[in-house]
Amino acid sequence: MIYYIGNRLFTMAGTLLVISVLVFFIIQLPPGDYLTTYIAELQSQGETVAQEKIDFLRQQYGLDRSMVEQYFIWVTGLLHGDLGYSFEYNLPVKDVIGDRLLLSMILNFSTILFIYAVSFPIGIYSATHQYSWGDHGLSFLGFLGLATPNFLLALILLYFANLTFGTSFGGLMDPDFIGQDWSVDKALSVLEHLWIPVVVIGTSGTAGMIRRLRANLLDELHKQYVTTGRAKGLPEMQLLLKYPLRMALNPFIADIGNLIPQVVSGSVIVSVVMSLPTTGPMLLSSLQSQDMYLAGSFLMFLACLTVVGMFVSDILLGVLDPRIRHGARGQK
Amino acid sequence: MTDRLAHYVSDAPFDPNYDEEQETSGNRFHMASQWTIIWWRFRRHKIAMLALCLLIPSYLSIVVTEFLAPYNLHTRHTDFIYSPPQEVHFYHQGEFIGPFVYEHRMVLNMDTLKREYSENTDKPLPIRFFCSGDSYEFWGLIPGNLHLICPAEGGEMFLLGTDRLGRDMASRLLYGGRVSLTVGIVGITVSFVLGLFFGGLAGYLGGWVDYAVMRLIEIMRSLPELPLWLALSAALPVTWSPIAIYFGITIILGLLDWPGLARAVRSKLLALREEDYCVAAQLMGARPKRIIVRHLLPNFTSHLIASATLSIPSMILAETALSFLGLGLRPPVTSWGVLLSEAQNIEAVALYPWLLMPMLPVIIIVLGFNYMGDGLRDAVDPHE
Repeated sequence: MIYYIGNRLFTMAGTLLVISVLVFFIIQLPPGDYLTTYIAELQSQGETVAQEKIDFLRQQYGLDRSMVEQYFIWVTGLLHGDLGYSFEYNLPVKDVIGDRLLLSMILNFSTILFIYAVSFPIGIYSATHQYSWGDHGLSFLGFLGLATPNFLLALILLYFANLTFGTSFGGLMDPDFIGQDWSVDKALSVLEHLWIPVVVIGTSGTAGMIRRLRANLLDELHKQYVTTGRAKGLPEMQLLLKYPLRMALNPFIADIGNLIPQVVSGSVIVSVVMSLPTTGPMLLSSLQSQDMYLAGSFLMFLACLTVVGMFVSDILLGVLDPRIRHGARGQK
Repeated sequence: MTDRLAHYVSDAPFDPNYDEEQETSGNRFHMASQWTIIWWRFRRHKIAMLALCLLIPSYLSIVVTEFLAPYNLHTRHTDFIYSPPQEVHFYHQGEFIGPFVYEHRMVLNMDTLKREYSENTDKPLPIRFFCSGDSYEFWGLIPGNLHLICPAEGGEMFLLGTDRLGRDMASRLLYGGRVSLTVGIVGITVSFVLGLFFGGLAGYLGGWVDYAVMRLIEIMRSLPELPLWLALSAALPVTWSPIAIYFGITIILGLLDWPGLARAVRSKLLALREEDYCVAAQLMGARPKRIIVRHLLPNFTSHLIASATLSIPSMILAETALSFLGLGLRPPVTSWGVLLSEAQNIEAVALYPWLLMPMLPVIIIVLGFNYMGDGLRDAVDPHE
């Protein structure tokens, strides 16, 4: 098991390294850098910019060095917890981000909890009542959930909330708490506002999860050991929970790997629509203004979130299923 | 007949063509090609057939958009800004006169500065069919002005309302389909080519190539797609022409979609390359490319097509999301996502709910592809 964890840790570190190169490459892709934009802006306002000042700024931000050097400065900074400098806000990235990262994590984590809590009972119901009206209805709802882009769902929900309650549901907390330190009241207020984005982001994931659980469980339910159990007089509920469900659960947990990137993606766009104080809206605006350190930090953070999440799910799977632990060793 | 034994010698003369006749007449199934069987099985799937019947007209419609749309993409009606959808009536003052709309009149409310529209029920404007209206260039080549439906002479007709510049939503929706529907197809082509290439390499060659490709796939799958799409499309130069942007976006969509496909190809190839006929081909000196393309891929083309069908909707949704956020396609290119970006803020949605109309085709098309892909997957499944 320790070997397995070590192996996974090693892979994770490698993955993160490659991702950091990728992220750095992507944020360097747009032609020009922030300074060119900034200088053009100053010049369009009729201000003249002295060459010395440009050079000074370039040196200050390390933009005059080679790509590789810039990358290493950036990565070593990241490792030290120094996220770089946001050009747009003129502040260190750390100060700009504030508690956005924490709120993002809370949002994504609760969404995953929600997906599990909802898809579990529905999936079981659908599988045990195959081709009943309930099953058909639920799978249609599931398809609909898959087909509706979650940002549209957010818009519709906002629209109806606006119609019926007359209040804005945007935000993750009462306006009074914004910028304040964390307290019990603030946490409660966050909880109160959290459920709408959670439902919105979770819909498509839930739909997918229900379909998979249903398919897995259906496969198991037709096997002979179930018939044997039934013949021996096991109560239906106990029979279901004790054997087939446990078998069907395995892919369920393995699926976290697919689920996490999906949820993170969803939360970005839903946050933009509902203007949640998470990483999404700021990532968008920083990409639009080519504020590269800010954008890079967000991309890196979101990637870390998924990679670490997948690491945890791999470990969980290893704990659950010995075949996977040993399989990892055999593969090499 | 009944007193005859189970084993007997028939008195009838021997017919040497008996077996062939049996095969050609009585048993169609044994003579049918693989694709015919898949089609038969697919036909049994009622909902998938329904989806197919829905998707084919949609794709046909984008060929003749100019003819179907009552107005041009950019025709502006400055007197009818944010006009709500008009209702189609058939009876005017209790008398049947065919489909028509009532004239819309706009009054600017000077207190709220809101445009208020009212129907002038005295003046019916009958809808014309196969008529001449806005002149257009069919696919930018052939000039014409024939439309399927047009408003009455001297009147206007906005069946789905108008937008902020007074452009007809119904026409824009039809034109938007041209972009939104093809994005999925072009994107899946890119992803298909990449997936086949990398999956083929990894599966056939094995060894360190396989290892490298698998690590790459793992990394790609662990990245959240949307932020990456956002970052990549933000990197597309603003100076590009709309067509270049369109292809840029589809390539970006395809670039991030191939890992799933490559994985499927790899695992199939890993198993198939041990087959005897593959070894035979190798011994006869066939090169890897020929073996993969001619001998191995045809084994599971149908599966690949089914899984491709299932990933088209995610591409359509991705394009919609990107354009909605303003980082995808940009006007004057019009897709459903671009149309939806008008409905981005809650005020617009509350005042002009018809701006949300483009959602409907998005959802319908995505549902259609999902159901059709499901049907296809069931149809090609050999385990049945």
